[in-house]
Amino acid sequence: MSTLRTVLRDARLVAGRDLRIEARSRVVVDQVLPFAVLVLVLFGFALDADHSTLRTFAPGLFWVTVLLSALLAIQRSASLDSADGTGTSLRMSGLSPVARYLGRTTAVFVQLLVLEALLVGGLVVLYGVSVEEWFLLVVAGVAAGVAVAAAGTLYGALASGLRARETLLPILVLPVLAPVLIGATRAFDDALGVAAVDGWAWTGLLAVAALVLTVVGASAHGALVED
Amino acid sequence: MAEEPMSPAPLPEGTASDTTGSRGSRLLGVLALVGLAVLGVLAFVLTDPDVRIHPSTGAEFGQFDAVRMLYVHVPLAVMTYLAYGLCAVASLGVLIRRTPWWDVTAHAAAEVGTVFCGLVLVTGSIWGRPVWNTWWEWGDVRLMTTLVLFLMFAGYLALRRTTGDPRAVSRRAAVVALVAVLDLPLVNRSVEWWENRTLHQQSTLGDLKIEDLTLFTLMLGFLVLGMVLAWLLLHRFRVGWLERAALDHSVAAAIVERRGETPDDELRRAVGDPSPGESS
Repeated sequence: MSTLRTVLRDARLVAGRDLRIEARSRVVVDQVLPFAVLVLVLFGFALDADHSTLRTFAPGLFWVTVLLSALLAIQRSASLDSADGTGTSLRMSGLSPVARYLGRTTAVFVQLLVLEALLVGGLVVLYGVSVEEWFLLVVAGVAAGVAVAAAGTLYGALASGLRARETLLPILVLPVLAPVLIGATRAFDDALGVAAVDGWAWTGLLAVAALVLTVVGASAHGALVED
Repeated sequence: MAEEPMSPAPLPEGTASDTTGSRGSRLLGVLALVGLAVLGVLAFVLTDPDVRIHPSTGAEFGQFDAVRMLYVHVPLAVMTYLAYGLCAVASLGVLIRRTPWWDVTAHAAAEVGTVFCGLVLVTGSIWGRPVWNTWWEWGDVRLMTTLVLFLMFAGYLALRRTTGDPRAVSRRAAVVALVAVLDLPLVNRSVEWWENRTLHQQSTLGDLKIEDLTLFTLMLGFLVLGMVLAWLLLHRFRVGWLERAALDHSVAAAIVERRGETPDDELRRAVGDPSPGESS
């Protein structure tokens, strides 16, 4: 029990550190969020600014935008430990790999939540969608956010330190997140009233995916940070 | 099980170990080639097309000649499972035992498995065009999970091709492989778990709904493509092993060359080289 408390305390420390760095450097706010809005706008241009088309495809466009923007946030998160010997210092600090993984995942998850909130606003303003089930939207967004953060943190650590990490990360993580994209899109189809599907069933699948990815990530992270 | 070697021996030039062939593997290769020829004749010439008569209308229906593709497609899919399963076991070995033997095995299995998985998608698509009336069906869960599996291992192979500390790359690749094979049960069980979201039929092998030459040809397909898989794995493993030996050899040669540049005899003795007077 005390071990679990230590892990959670250490995870909170790591998450706090990552979020403080973000608050001071403002990379996500200044670069990732504008990028996400830009992608939404580009989809609008590509689909000829037709409101009914945009409304129909809004859930899929939303999650593709989240995944593309998440790649930038994950790469940013992974780079924090590779600069100035920070990774070595963390290894020598006695923090367990599980705590480090959970902490970083939490920090990425918080950033993704901000990103999702902004993009929902973008959907309403730019695409003219209306939210029919707020509760489903929030729960599905949280479950998918955890899944993306869990997989992203694992694969971010995996690609870090390698020469081709910028191109390698998308190739590695996007296929893993393909089922999350499908589930989250279906859940949002229901929440936004775009299609008659059982959004809660898909949200349940998202929760299972989030749990599995978090457990796998926490288990495998130790083998990666030994390098 | 025999103890796996800790590392490849230095490359002995001009000896039998600088080739990937051996008497056994050549025999296996010849058998696989002959088997492929026999399988081709049986599957594409001698077996009957799938033609059935509708009981009430009397109209012909079925898969017709497209069914012939299944004699290759189904065994290819099973061999893909085997290759990726082997990759998962070897990846666990990489993380636990940390020896090159497991690493080279995992790499060989992933590479050959990805070739087979690609062929599964291609042969399935060729079969699907006349039977489903489309090259690709986005709503089919098995198709989607197989594509995701293929893409995850494409990422694995991309990771393998990056330069860096080989031990770090092999550990990271092992993690990628272990996550990727979580998709295998989804691919395999998808036709039962999501039977309303797939055009794939459920397995007819277990309850032996097929018989005679059809069953024989399908079983021959398993045997022959199993031999092809074994032959490819064997050679890919030996290529990987020789690559490692060559790398170790070049590193050792570079160290010796660097030591030769050191003018101080004391330093050379300190690192274990014989002094110039002692060397022959």
